[in-house]
Amino acid sequence: MSEANNAHNVSYLEYKGQYKGLLAWIFSTDHKRIGLLYLYTMLFFFSVAAILGLLMKTQLIAPGYTIMGPQTYNSLFTLHGIIMIFVIVVPGLPAVFGNFFLPIMIGAKDVAFPKLNLLSWWFYIIGILIVLTSQFMGDGPPDTGWTFYAPYSFRTPTNVLPAVFGAFVMGFSSILTGINFVVTIHRMRAPGMTWFKMPLFPWTLYGTAWIQILATPVIGITLLLIVAERLMGIGIFDPALGGDPILYQHLFWIYSHPAVYIMILPAMGAISEIIPVFSRKTIFGYKAIVLSTLAIAFVGYFVWGHHMFTSGMSGRALYTFSFLTFLVAIPSAIKVFNWVSTMHKGSLQMQTPFYWAVSFIFVFMIGGLSGLVLGSLATNVHVHDTHFVVAHFHFIVFGGTGYAFMAALHYWFPKMFGRMYDMNWANLGWGIFFIGFNTLYLPMFYLGIMGMPRRYYDYLPDFHGGNIVSSLGAWVMVSGIVIIFANLIRSARHGEKTTEKNPWGGKTLEWQVDTPPTLENFEEIPTIEKGPYEFED
Amino acid sequence: MTVHRDDLGDKMGMWLFIFTELLLFGMLFVVYAVYRSMHPEAFKLGGDELDVVMGTINTIILLISSMTVAMSISAMQKGNKKLALTLLTITLIIAVVFLVNKYFEWGAKFEYGFNPGAPELLELGHGTILFFGLYFIMTGIHALHILIGIALFIYVVWQIRKDKIHQTDYVWLENTGLYWHLVDLIWIFLFPLFYLIH
Repeated sequence: MSEANNAHNVSYLEYKGQYKGLLAWIFSTDHKRIGLLYLYTMLFFFSVAAILGLLMKTQLIAPGYTIMGPQTYNSLFTLHGIIMIFVIVVPGLPAVFGNFFLPIMIGAKDVAFPKLNLLSWWFYIIGILIVLTSQFMGDGPPDTGWTFYAPYSFRTPTNVLPAVFGAFVMGFSSILTGINFVVTIHRMRAPGMTWFKMPLFPWTLYGTAWIQILATPVIGITLLLIVAERLMGIGIFDPALGGDPILYQHLFWIYSHPAVYIMILPAMGAISEIIPVFSRKTIFGYKAIVLSTLAIAFVGYFVWGHHMFTSGMSGRALYTFSFLTFLVAIPSAIKVFNWVSTMHKGSLQMQTPFYWAVSFIFVFMIGGLSGLVLGSLATNVHVHDTHFVVAHFHFIVFGGTGYAFMAALHYWFPKMFGRMYDMNWANLGWGIFFIGFNTLYLPMFYLGIMGMPRRYYDYLPDFHGGNIVSSLGAWVMVSGIVIIFANLIRSARHGEKTTEKNPWGGKTLEWQVDTPPTLENFEEIPTIEKGPYEFED
Repeated sequence: MTVHRDDLGDKMGMWLFIFTELLLFGMLFVVYAVYRSMHPEAFKLGGDELDVVMGTINTIILLISSMTVAMSISAMQKGNKKLALTLLTITLIIAVVFLVNKYFEWGAKFEYGFNPGAPELLELGHGTILFFGLYFIMTGIHALHILIGIALFIYVVWQIRKDKIHQTDYVWLENTGLYWHLVDLIWIFLFPLFYLIH
């Protein structure tokens, strides 16, 4: 190895391995490159799915046929859901920032299984490609919604099979990433980094990884059963053959509710990193945040029934699921109080990542509190399957995970690329996005309470007003996204170069390594003596 | 890049993977429990249609294969490469024999029209349809795991021959053994649930 290409003094972006060009990326086992592979894939598909969403909102700007008919609308919301859930938010922060920063933050040179890590990305890409074939082959794109509810998912003539199978393959990717992270955190922490000296982002990745390991197989087998149902008619979910479609809903949500915590826990972790750094204060209640993370991961398993309050369950089951749903709100609230207390009397730095983090708390609270409306039995019946639900989960999944993703991207961007973005454009993009986001989704709460159902391309004229506001909001929000993405893409290529190790004044390990990090991150594995957020010294 | 080696970590990864497998089959067992409680009579009659002799033979040989793979790990620990290879080859042969038996068993069921979607089965009522639907999906996924096991054994044998797996570095062999015990364990539950209990 020549001196110019030494793993200790060349950044991972310039390091020359066995392969050249694109191959040097798609065959790289370096956790940082894999993180970026996920990032690029996600940004591309996010843009595609955001355009689908924009088309749907444009259709809804007036009652009746505006730009598309019912079948097109059905296949658009199906594809929008599949991409946003399985391709973007489920892998989400763990795949991008977890891969990139987990080893660095715990003082390791890579994850425990680098080859398996690359294999995860390949499974992910193959899964996406299989899903995409559903759009172009067979009898038209699937129209079931991302939930693939039985029995429609095996009665519809549309091309559901590849969509279901693609989601199954992506599940593999998720499981392998989870296994990789759990072993990495158990085995590869730097000397001196005890469990309670570990930063909070790795902690939330740990909770997430366990959910990925323990919940994803359930969706795996459920989707396989749908495949078998379509191919052979085994009858497990088919009422005509004695099967039970409600059983499908149970199995589906046994995974898909914990999956919500797969999405939100690492988001909370990223916010817990950003808030203390931009408040110049130790995080308030470190252990409370850790324990509430584990509590969410645990209790989150037992609340799936709240998706099925109107599907038919015994009264006792209804009360239990409702009670547990209220219970799981407590650890989330604990975190919000911790973040706010961290900011109290802090020296707040008004910079882009902080704007995203604070607005995260705002939208997350709206999302979380509206979730309690859905979790209580009486109100759930009223707003079930209305736009209220759509607004609620967009506030959580897009408002929660999406804002935290952007916060994390703006926070770690200089470290990842060795370049700085234009902060004025970034702030402007955030402002427009924030206004657009709330204009888009807040009216949906109102529309839902008034009774507008979800998943219809048409509505009664009474709902016209709210829909005009919401659709305009969609256009504003997308212009915000365009500004943000244009700024980041331009800055990643031509932004001002920086080798400043610690631009924000963070205390965690990633701010002590080179910018951008060298191939092996650390020349020498550090020994940890202090907690991760000790600002007062 | 320095090669990172952590046998304990590798085994931990395998155990976590085994958790996921247990949950995957666990859900199938839940589905089985639900439908058995709904159709106890049909499940009993369905069980009577299965070939207990064939099932017993497969159970016994699979247990023996678990033993031979465990013995090959001890042989490898003692540095006896030749014995380890012999024992692995026996395991491999047993895995293939298991699938051959399965093939004949399934073939007979297809002949009688017990396979999902067969017109004869559709006339037999919901409980029987579900019993055979579950029988084929659960033993089918199990057989898929046997196939993966065979592929792993071939890889491990090849690596031992090349001395990539040896007395001081045999975690691949150990993990393959763990996986194989899992496949065995699942069969230990499938066998009584489908063939024996009344």
